[in-house]
Amino acid sequence: MMLALEMYRSLSRHVVGRAVGSKVPGLLSGYAAPLRLATVEEPRVDRPGWACLRTRLSGICGSDLGALSGRTSLYFSALVSMPFVPGHEVVAELLDDCEDLPAGTRVVVDPVLGCAARGVEPCHSCAEGATNRCARITVGHLAPGLQTGFCADTGGGWGQTLAAHRSQLHPVPEGYADEQAVLVEPMACAVHAALRAGVTDNARVLVSGAGSVGLLTTYALRNLTGAGEITVVAKHAHQRELALELGATEVVTPGEVLRRLRRATGAFLVEPEHARPYLLGGVDVAVDAVGSRQSLETALGATRAGGRVVLSGMPATADLSAAWFRELEVVGCYSSAHVEPGGRPAFEVAMEMVGGDVVSRLAKTVVAYPLHRWREALDHAHGAGGLGTVKVAFDPSETRR
Amino acid sequence: MTRPGFVLEVDDRTPPLVVHEGEGFRLQEFPLGTRVIYPPESLPAVPDVDAAIAEALLHPLDADPLPTQLRPGMRLTIAFDDVSLPLPPMRAPDIRQRIIEAVLTMAADAGVDDVQLIAANALHRRMTPAELRHIVGERAFRSFHPHGLLTNHDAEDHDNLLHVGLTEKGEDVEINRRAAESDLLVYVNVNLVAMDGGHKSVPIGLASYKSLRHHHNAKTMVRSHSFMDHTKSHLHHSAWRMGRLLKEHLNIFQIETTLNNDVFPSSYDFLMKREWEWSVRDQAAMLGARRALALAPRRLRHKLFHEMRSPYGLTGIHAGDTEAVHERTIANVHRQQLVEVQGQSDVLVLGVPYLGPYNVNSVMNPILATCMGLGYFFNSYRGQPLVRRGGAVILYHPLEANFDQLHHPSYIDFYDEILAESTDPLVIEEKYEQQFATDPWYIHLYRTSHAYHGVHPFYMWYWAAHAMDHVDDVIWVGGDRRTAARLGFRAASTLADALEMASSTVGSSPSISYLHNPPHLIADVR
Repeated sequence: MMLALEMYRSLSRHVVGRAVGSKVPGLLSGYAAPLRLATVEEPRVDRPGWACLRTRLSGICGSDLGALSGRTSLYFSALVSMPFVPGHEVVAELLDDCEDLPAGTRVVVDPVLGCAARGVEPCHSCAEGATNRCARITVGHLAPGLQTGFCADTGGGWGQTLAAHRSQLHPVPEGYADEQAVLVEPMACAVHAALRAGVTDNARVLVSGAGSVGLLTTYALRNLTGAGEITVVAKHAHQRELALELGATEVVTPGEVLRRLRRATGAFLVEPEHARPYLLGGVDVAVDAVGSRQSLETALGATRAGGRVVLSGMPATADLSAAWFRELEVVGCYSSAHVEPGGRPAFEVAMEMVGGDVVSRLAKTVVAYPLHRWREALDHAHGAGGLGTVKVAFDPSETRR
Repeated sequence: MTRPGFVLEVDDRTPPLVVHEGEGFRLQEFPLGTRVIYPPESLPAVPDVDAAIAEALLHPLDADPLPTQLRPGMRLTIAFDDVSLPLPPMRAPDIRQRIIEAVLTMAADAGVDDVQLIAANALHRRMTPAELRHIVGERAFRSFHPHGLLTNHDAEDHDNLLHVGLTEKGEDVEINRRAAESDLLVYVNVNLVAMDGGHKSVPIGLASYKSLRHHHNAKTMVRSHSFMDHTKSHLHHSAWRMGRLLKEHLNIFQIETTLNNDVFPSSYDFLMKREWEWSVRDQAAMLGARRALALAPRRLRHKLFHEMRSPYGLTGIHAGDTEAVHERTIANVHRQQLVEVQGQSDVLVLGVPYLGPYNVNSVMNPILATCMGLGYFFNSYRGQPLVRRGGAVILYHPLEANFDQLHHPSYIDFYDEILAESTDPLVIEEKYEQQFATDPWYIHLYRTSHAYHGVHPFYMWYWAAHAMDHVDDVIWVGGDRRTAARLGFRAASTLADALEMASSTVGSSPSISYLHNPPHLIADVR
């Protein structure tokens, strides 16, 4: 048996969370979240290539908070299996030998549960290495679940142990702190987003949002593409400093982004009736790294005709008129792939990138909570931007004293 | 009998003195020994304005009488100063209306059909129809505006600009094509301060950026000592060269007017009097005004001030050759505004009021407040600045970072982006002026909305360049600290605090001069 945070089905909490969760985070973590600390069976998958792991650190992602507050689209309801233990940003150590990896190896987990993990013939996408696009995520040996942390059979990082397949595991190099390693999964997503953005040399890029997704995407864009000016939208002072350190050319507040980009790109600013202003002209590529309606509409409204908008955060509903009228390429960007453009796995690239000095310093700001302090942890994660934190995580090895 | 301006030395009998600060004013006690420079009292107005106008048009200086220059089939253009003059706007009828009506009557009598009226707004915002109507009057407005014959000058309408030539110093002279190709250009001016008029009218009011950049730049402005003395101002020297070139190509009939110091309407009469001479009625009016302003919501306070119309009286009108006319005009301005002051002081105190040339019906943002204080008021001198080199200037203004989105869109970007990087006029000119001057969005707004040109905030900053170069310390009393810091200055809560802060620059017992303005005055510093 193990201690874990378990997300369960509760219509009433889902409705309450959806109504007020994003506005009153305290309510979400205190009363409305369909989450409980429970003693549950340790997850185990008795199939070849699977092993048990002990969680060392597991991050709280925006998509986790979205699920808890009921903001996630019901589109995904068919792709999860309840109840499940959340947590897909995981650094853990093997409790069993797993093929070539001996017990005790410290690993990070690529959470995507593709064909290899499910023990089915590779689908077209998995065969090409685009594991994040797997078409078999509801079948095979496992209950439905798009990722570890959304599947009832595998457990997740918010529990003391979880199960993972060899195809998901990436050993952590010696010398990496757990706090660095826990950033590998979000960094892999950032690598994928940067490469999906199709940035040409000297292209002007907007990154809307300076949470962990936005900051790491900025870093990936600066290091993996030939982007010219990168403008980052940040609400808080510490985000501004970090964005500049991670490669942004300039950082603006949400209120000034259109005005600043208008001037920088020589665009025209249009103010429609009862709707958000937007640019005629603008950046070549915009990345929505928040997933809110406002952020997405900012990205759409700030991109030049024929430009590209990358949905890096899980998107909210938004006015897509600009996408139609400006003939924008709206590009989805989910998780990361085993084979990215360039031929390397995103996790391999990400593992190298988190070893850099800037990300190492960023890792020192990771705040870890024991599982029993989950309400405080969620509160902290909700207010991370304002509190000067980039990543909040659970450390399930810490127990109640 | 009108009393001349004078310099008061504050002693223990001196009451608190009025200091303007944005949309309000305070009564300030000054340290003993402070020199307070008061403007002359208002000169008597010309009793018969229409007769004076007729006299000027029929007996011009170094030019033929206007009626003899008018003939059927000719092309006549009447240009006039825009809404930036006078301040506050003049109570109707505006003096320009009366002059324009007189010129139009003469033109009609002579059978001139091809007449157009152009507001000489250079890179200022386009005036609204109501503002145009106020200046030219109902009759002229109704006759010309609906037919597109009363327009704002468009400095970005390249098809309607004419490059007339280069001055001997290589300066481009490019002005409104209609004006340049007219058989006669009549210019109707309001010479509120000594900086206005002369060759500043046509070569600047009807010019394009290509022409204006030769004198509206940091280098020229910092060498203009001062703007209120065209013989010592490099800006005016450039304008004069341009004007002389234009004179070779174009028949200009310049009409200049001067106004007395009746700046405020009767309810604010006390603002034009010396404080120790306030009657009980004045004191009651002052207390009432202060109380009302303190209680009034911001919008009402704004409305109260911006709806103020001045009962200015005409002190003179001259017409004819630009330079001959301007000489008389300047003499009139000096008669009304010149005050002799002996020597400089360590500290100059200035109150920046609610209104400057570029926020009529708008908001005085921090850049305009800087221009008003360090540009226009600091430069209200002849001879030498009122404050010594290396001294300090203390200004009063709230410096709220409020910007009018309609009138000043490029100011917002200038404040947010440019001043955040540098406040050095030379640096920002070199790095950013072109970007703003050629920005298609600003150009679009200038041409189609009511926005000042994209480059205009740069010019405002350059106006202050001479002061910034001359003094070592600029402190704003009652100013927002963050805004002051963005501008490269400091803020203090009280005059005592400001003097304490300035003590590192000017010592603990500096000599102080307070320019009691408005009404307008020019310190003739010996």
